[in-house]
Amino acid sequence: MAVSRARRNRVAELGAHVILLTFTVIALFPVILIVINSFKSKRAIFRDPVALPNAETFDLVGYTTVFTQGNFPLYFWNSLSVTVASLFFVLLFGAMAAFALSEYKFPFNRLTGLYLALGIMIPIRLGTIGILKLMVATGLVNTPWALILVYTAQGLPLSIFILSEFMAVVSKDLKAAGRIDGLSEYAIFFQLVLPLVRPALATVGVFTMIPIWNDLWFPLILAPSEATKTLTLGAQVFVGQFTNNWNAILAAMTLAIIPVIFLYVLFSRQLIRGLTAGAVK
Amino acid sequence: MMPETSNVRKRPFRWHILVFLGPAAFVYTVIMILPLAETLRLSFFQVDSVTRVVTFVGLENYNQLFFNVYWVGPFTKALWNNFLFFVIHMLVQNPIGVLIAALLSMFHLPGKKLYRTAIFMPTLLSFVIVGFVWKLMLSPLWGVSKGMLSSVGLGSWFMPFLGREESALITLALISVWQFVGIPMMLIYAALLSIPEEVIEAAECDGVTGLAQFFKIKLILILPTIGIISILTFVGNFNAFDLVYTTQGPLAGPNFSTDLLGTLLYRTFYGQQTQPGDPNMGATIATMMFFIILVGVAIYLFFIQRRLTRYEM
Repeated sequence: MAVSRARRNRVAELGAHVILLTFTVIALFPVILIVINSFKSKRAIFRDPVALPNAETFDLVGYTTVFTQGNFPLYFWNSLSVTVASLFFVLLFGAMAAFALSEYKFPFNRLTGLYLALGIMIPIRLGTIGILKLMVATGLVNTPWALILVYTAQGLPLSIFILSEFMAVVSKDLKAAGRIDGLSEYAIFFQLVLPLVRPALATVGVFTMIPIWNDLWFPLILAPSEATKTLTLGAQVFVGQFTNNWNAILAAMTLAIIPVIFLYVLFSRQLIRGLTAGAVK
Repeated sequence: MMPETSNVRKRPFRWHILVFLGPAAFVYTVIMILPLAETLRLSFFQVDSVTRVVTFVGLENYNQLFFNVYWVGPFTKALWNNFLFFVIHMLVQNPIGVLIAALLSMFHLPGKKLYRTAIFMPTLLSFVIVGFVWKLMLSPLWGVSKGMLSSVGLGSWFMPFLGREESALITLALISVWQFVGIPMMLIYAALLSIPEEVIEAAECDGVTGLAQFFKIKLILILPTIGIISILTFVGNFNAFDLVYTTQGPLAGPNFSTDLLGTLLYRTFYGQQTQPGDPNMGATIATMMFFIILVGVAIYLFFIQRRLTRYEM
């Protein structure tokens, strides 16, 4: 990292710290507030919201309510399976299409690329009415497949766009050597190219995963049944039903936040590298 | 652009290209493009509520949306709210993003990664969590925000921000800014890091340092990134729905003061209270949103992006 050329002005640096610290506190405070209060008794939540739980105020009643009343393990499983399956298809189909576009010359190559990139700018939500008709007609409403298909379609444009940039720079000699050795085009893709673009796949994966995990619109419209509710929709409904049970609400929200924080800690390097590598530029 | 010389030679049909492209093109076309086209088509039809007879009505639905008092009020209100929502993001979110990125890149600060990670964190949370966290914090019942305002001597400023018509939309926009400020921060930070050393050195040789250096040199060089952030903000904002739905419900209260095009679309499609849902008017609103986004993107591509000079860095 470049050493700052600006004069080493201690006062300015201190000022920068103060401003950044302020924004950090603003960013984290609401989340921390929810988490600490989820472990407190109802009286303590109201008496002193910003205090940490102690021996006297510690209470898990919110969590017991969540686990006895809500179907959270099921919602969590639904979210996880839908996200993982969508991610798999976005990465597999996206990488295959990106390879075709960057590797071969064929008529309408550029046009196909543009057509597939259209979806980056146009939100898939605007086609919801058409999608719902389609899902009703095919009997996929209230099945995880409705969500998986929609999220796959939603994730493909950006993943194809980013992955083809990365595939374009994979060494030509390597692929030529593979062809001389008699590898099929499929083997070249799966055995040579795919392992080389793994970092790009991870980046695209993180970008694809976040909006899928957090989506409320499509679960609400395409799969609102109890058996297919995702964690986001389940939390929304639960919080709506338990409006006055603050312990339960805070516990449910903490449970919904934790997987995201866990994933962030796990993948933050990939995410930040992707953003700063200029993949989105 | 592409030399098609390889095609001149006769060669067997390359099935593998089709196999590689097929699945993505199929899913994308069937699940995204065709439903979008279907939505467009539905906006030219009406269904009789009793007989279920479908009739082609041309532009009648658009005529209704623009000139029938029943529709034009909610539509223009949602459009105006959406515009305000976007303007607040442009005026608050993006300048703060630039400020944080500039501070991160200008100084050699310890703890820089920690700041960056923390400020980006809310972006990952779902709207449901963000909406309820802030709803609880701003609730007069809990008194967290009242207590905090009091502690800095502004206790009298407290009001139920989300419950009053004049402040609800602005509050929601600021909550959304809180959530998404990490994106402009990251993108601008990356752009600032990619400015080559030589440019900065040359500026310093000419005596341009500090703030002048930032505004006269760096900011000009990252304008293309700011342009992209603006268009991303535009598309995101005109597609917004979740935050309003989770905090204020589908009626976008109080008294529709937080209604955006997304919530209007949802209500129109599913119906509200006594009024049944109307997929065809819903499709009309969705098509209008489609055109608004398309026009915005086109303005950006043809008028703004072309004027932005890209400096090879």
